[in-house]
Amino acid sequence: MREIHVGRIQETVRDLCIRACCELPPDVLAALEDARRREESPLGRELLGQVLENAAVASRENMPLCQDTGLAVVFVVLGQGVRLVGGDLQGAVDEGVRRGYAEGYLRKSVVRDPIFARGNTGDNTPASVYVEVVPGDDLRIVVLPKGAGSENMGALKMLVPADGPDGIRKFVVETVERAGPNPCPPIIVGVGVGGMMERATLLAKKALLRTVGAPNPDPAVADLERAILSDINSLGIGPQGLGGRVTALAVHIETWPTHIAAMPVAVNLQCWAARHAEAVL
Amino acid sequence: MDRVKQVTTPLSGGVLEELRAGDRVLLSGEVYTARDAAHRRLVELMEAGRALPVDLRDRVIYYVGPCPAKPGQPIGSCGPTTSGRMDTYTPRLLEAGLKGMIGKGVRKPTVVEAIRRWRAVYFIAVGGAGALLAKRVLSAQVVAFPELGPEAIFRLEVEDFPVIVGIDTRGEDVYASAVAHYRISASRTQG
Repeated sequence: MREIHVGRIQETVRDLCIRACCELPPDVLAALEDARRREESPLGRELLGQVLENAAVASRENMPLCQDTGLAVVFVVLGQGVRLVGGDLQGAVDEGVRRGYAEGYLRKSVVRDPIFARGNTGDNTPASVYVEVVPGDDLRIVVLPKGAGSENMGALKMLVPADGPDGIRKFVVETVERAGPNPCPPIIVGVGVGGMMERATLLAKKALLRTVGAPNPDPAVADLERAILSDINSLGIGPQGLGGRVTALAVHIETWPTHIAAMPVAVNLQCWAARHAEAVL
Repeated sequence: MDRVKQVTTPLSGGVLEELRAGDRVLLSGEVYTARDAAHRRLVELMEAGRALPVDLRDRVIYYVGPCPAKPGQPIGSCGPTTSGRMDTYTPRLLEAGLKGMIGKGVRKPTVVEAIRRWRAVYFIAVGGAGALLAKRVLSAQVVAFPELGPEAIFRLEVEDFPVIVGIDTRGEDVYASAVAHYRISASRTQG
């Protein structure tokens, strides 16, 4: 067994929270540069220019790109040869989030009671932690600070087998159309198909972590991604919803085996500030 | 694209009547921040017949919950939040004299109608450009509901704050016309 002290997890999560909120990954920046070249609307190009300038200022000054520094969604891929010592995993991640959000001057956006009091927890905890146990003795941590502007525009639908790929296409495009300017386009569209409803939503979220525009390895799924992207970019929504050709930078579909009677489809929208950062211990 | 217009708050007189949906504006002067929780409290106070902690007449509300300021800076990142969540409360605030709102995203028809009725303007700022927009804020003080943290009402002094007129005093909505212009109709999924 390889021992990892949870103090290292704390430290890593702290750093990843700050880095994710202040610095866009290179593939996201490249996709935005490409969008600015392709956009036909002059206002759209100018808005994408502001988006890129904002990213440059944020990176240079180590300042959050967007004031909604999100709820910290944390994926932990834990090698089964690892033994954690010195504390518990959720506690370590939360301590990392607490420190990252305080020391990075990030906004605290979590309320304890979602229905009634809605009091702010004051330190952005608890994080939403998902653990996957895999062979090996590495520990991989991915932090995805997710804002509510784009998250609120997502949707889940329990399609049935007879709906087929066209049903998926129609539902995803309708979801993006209904979202309009609200999720801060150009967006990345994460789609999860299969499993039961909880699996579909988690797949849709994980789809946001894929390198922007990288196709699904299954050619049929990749074709569906291209078809949906083309539909979406014909909607006219454009950068910031103020009209244009580039409404989405990419559509990423992830699939999973499902029940003979089911075809759940989840759509998770990601604003252009597609923030995430990862580290391997 | 049209020239950029300069507008200074408070928005008294006929300054808003000259603005048209799609105009680019640089806004200067005082604005108040308020988002979900502060809106709810303001409307609760109004319904209880109590005085508001801020005078809304001819004022502008910016839908934002800023990041904490680093030492030596007036404010942290401060881009707009989604305006639609405030739609339930907005007509009441317009009735109380509010003349401008800054946010992002579409408004409900009831809000468009209230904007037209009360001759107000809805401005759009670039969503997610929080670091850039923070450079246009000269000062920030909490003036109400400090217990709400980032959702407190701040008084901001802004200079040349870049916005686009989203809905003008006549109720013209820039989103509708701009999207229709670039839409390729074969993609229509409704109707």
